[in-house]
Amino acid sequence: MNTSLRKLVLPAVLLLLFALPLLPIPEFWITQLNYIGMFALVGLGLVLLTGVGGLTSFGQAAFVGIGAYSTALICTRYGLSPWLGLGVGLAVTLVVALLLGLLTLRMSGHYLPLATIAWALSLNYTMANMEFLGKYDGLLGVPPLSFFGWSLQDGRAIFYLIWGIALLAALGVRNLLDSRPGRAIRALNGGVTMAEAMGVSTFRYKVIIFVLAALLASVSGWLFAHFQRTVNPSPFGLRMGIEYLFMVVVGGVGTVWGAFIGAGVFKVIEDELKELLPALLGSDGNFEIIVLGVVLVLIIKYAPKGLWPYAVAAGARWFPVPPRERDWADAPALPSRDKPPRGAPLLTVDKLRKTFGGLVAVNDVSFEIRAGDIVGLIGPNGAGKSTTFNLITGVLSLTSGAVSFRGQPVDGLASRQIARRGMSRTFQHVKMMAEMTVLENVALGGYLRSSSGTAKAMFRLDRAEEMQLFAEAEKQLQRIGMAGQMNELAGNLALGPQRLMEIARALCTDPALLLLDEPAAGLRHKEKQALADVLRQLKAEGLSILLVEHDMEFVMGLTDRIVVMEFGSKLIEGTPDEIQASPIVRAAYLGTEH
Amino acid sequence: MDFSIASILMLDGITNGAIYALLGLATVLVFTVTRVIFIPQGEFVAFGALTLAGLQTGKTPGTIAFLLVMTVLVAVLDVVAGLRAGQGARRVWIGALRAAAPPLLIGLAALWLAPQKLPLVLQVLMTLAIVTAMGPLIYRLAYQSLADASVLVLLIVSVGVHFALTGLGLVFFGAEGSRNPAFWDANFSWGPLLLSGQTIIILLASLALIIGLWLFFERSLYGKALRATAVNRLGARLMGISSNSAGRLSFALAAFIGALSGVLISPTTTIFYDSGFLIGLKGFVAAVFAGLASYPGAALGAVLVGLLESFSSFWASAFKEVIVFTFILPVLLWRSLRDPHREEE
Repeated sequence: MNTSLRKLVLPAVLLLLFALPLLPIPEFWITQLNYIGMFALVGLGLVLLTGVGGLTSFGQAAFVGIGAYSTALICTRYGLSPWLGLGVGLAVTLVVALLLGLLTLRMSGHYLPLATIAWALSLNYTMANMEFLGKYDGLLGVPPLSFFGWSLQDGRAIFYLIWGIALLAALGVRNLLDSRPGRAIRALNGGVTMAEAMGVSTFRYKVIIFVLAALLASVSGWLFAHFQRTVNPSPFGLRMGIEYLFMVVVGGVGTVWGAFIGAGVFKVIEDELKELLPALLGSDGNFEIIVLGVVLVLIIKYAPKGLWPYAVAAGARWFPVPPRERDWADAPALPSRDKPPRGAPLLTVDKLRKTFGGLVAVNDVSFEIRAGDIVGLIGPNGAGKSTTFNLITGVLSLTSGAVSFRGQPVDGLASRQIARRGMSRTFQHVKMMAEMTVLENVALGGYLRSSSGTAKAMFRLDRAEEMQLFAEAEKQLQRIGMAGQMNELAGNLALGPQRLMEIARALCTDPALLLLDEPAAGLRHKEKQALADVLRQLKAEGLSILLVEHDMEFVMGLTDRIVVMEFGSKLIEGTPDEIQASPIVRAAYLGTEH
Repeated sequence: MDFSIASILMLDGITNGAIYALLGLATVLVFTVTRVIFIPQGEFVAFGALTLAGLQTGKTPGTIAFLLVMTVLVAVLDVVAGLRAGQGARRVWIGALRAAAPPLLIGLAALWLAPQKLPLVLQVLMTLAIVTAMGPLIYRLAYQSLADASVLVLLIVSVGVHFALTGLGLVFFGAEGSRNPAFWDANFSWGPLLLSGQTIIILLASLALIIGLWLFFERSLYGKALRATAVNRLGARLMGISSNSAGRLSFALAAFIGALSGVLISPTTTIFYDSGFLIGLKGFVAAVFAGLASYPGAALGAVLVGLLESFSSFWASAFKEVIVFTFILPVLLWRSLRDPHREEE
């Protein structure tokens, strides 16, 4: 019953919104709601950019300005249709956002917000000084919108357009977040190494979300111009850009509905403060920014997730979040790659070398893996095992040497290109999306085996492929014995299951070679046994595995061959028995007898 | 444009550039030690200039009361945090009192001295003391508990602090701007160049401070400790360097530099409660020029920004700010080519 109650919430809210302008509500509140809808539209972009993608912009108001000025100019100067104004605004926004994104998104995260501060300032001064944009007075007499002959001049009429667009955008963003590109975007927020290893071009998605956020802001500006009927530079300044960020931080920066809650809270509070503070302080001025600033700092300190997640947690008693509906039982399998026949050469590492300044971390290491083998790479701490691993998978660039995989050279390729060729890896420190379920985390592994893009996801045209992805993810979870936990949040798992989940994610890429970076580190005895069983079973199924490991017992019982490294060089290579009997290995681990 | 105009513009640019250099250095300092991108740097400039202006007219500036309120707030927070952590009550109280003593004394002394129409030099010193004392308090109130948060979160906090301080500036000083008398009203002419005493003071003070900072970081143990914190916070902590006190010290320095800049430029231009922001941001462009990492780089960038500003105000004065802030884009491009992506974990 509770889930059906939950399903009623959204239609009820929609019905209420639809009915509001028809009720005898004072015009003031309709106007407020119109502003809230337009603010929320900008906020949605910031949710995507900041809350989900971990990037931010203080310049969203400037994009709103581009949208508003474009349409105002098209309508007042050239007397053309506002709909053309919308198109021009979006086109200009697209170009500017692409340019800014390409300039700053390759750099570490804080350069983007800095660039947006500078750009918001310079655009605002440009608007305020351009003769043809009306300088500080702006452009007056922007015509109202009309929709198939139906005039939207009245606040109650444009209300439907504003809220229609805002809700559609919310739906689009929500759809996007629950999709193949959405999982890639969510993986951005905690470093890019993992996403790249799953084949995601993180730069591409950073640009996509930045551009999407800018376009949403531009649409809001278009509405703003035709609602206010005038445009001038002041509402598009840096201050407003900061206030947009304030809204989403207050409402819940990681959640779609947080943008709406935040916009509502902001608009109401700001209006109240604008009345209250000057009266209290006895003079005029923008004193409300004191309160906004302090509240922003307090929210970040004490409720960094914002208000909406609290509402969801409180409401969970009455409206529990249902687990994902399991609708993929009949989905056809994803395409899989040909696997090399057992015994064929798979990975050849030839004189691999990496230097950091004067330090030779990996010194001309060579070895080979044949299909169907489990090879262990062992050595004392600091021997260069993980560096070797990162060189093979393209996370680090090699100084010299060659790596070939299935007969083709892969050295010098980016890690996502190597992933595309069928190499998949796990990480020494588990890298995952803690806020998503186990199933969704594993489904990220299927990224390269699927193709739905951002637009398809926003319009929900990707469902058939999504079903295939989830079917595959569930299959891989079954393979490692974790199907029962697929609906749990990944962050709630213990370390052992988290490591297994990473293996399932890697398996979901349909690898020809699986690389495991210290999979047993930090595991309890029972968990190690479970892991060893899983790996044996994978070997029996014909998978090839390269294993970096510390735990001798674990490696000895599992591998076909072992490569031992010490001080960056290969010490010896052989079967587990040979390695155990070798005096040099013993010396490397325990020191020599004197 | 002839040579004489060019040389005047250059002098102007270098003078402004010297101020931007100071602010750029403060930005680099705060960022390297605490990873805080300190947007409110410019507010200290306005606070410095306008506090001095208030003292000049014999008023008691609101900044003094603000200092005292923050001191009490920090003391209360320290006591509550200490008692919660289960430290002995005696130790907690003594610790809080010791931390509160300097700003408390400065605030009370300023309260007493403000109406007395002291000579300009003493008023300048008092202004510097008041604003400098605010730095560590702001660090304690806004940043300290978030010291391990990401750069992005700290940046959002900075923006909040900027809002709050700007609004408070309006409360303290009102919407009218002020201009202070020159410290030294001599004039020297040298060919077409007219060198005012104030310009000389600005250049000398900036140079002295840059050298002072260099000595501090290269020669003193405390400066080296700050640099160690900048390189590796955890490592520095393990070596017994408190990252909290490093943060407070860097904020004190930033506030001092801001206040000094404000005091220095207040005779050359009218300062309003919100003027600091733009001035600070130009220092900031200079700091970005140096990748938020290098002191000489920031100083060089600052002089470039100053020159760019003075020349563009000659050619296209309405677009002066546009040109200066658009300058950051090619700089960012250059930096992104020079210093490709590094992952933050």
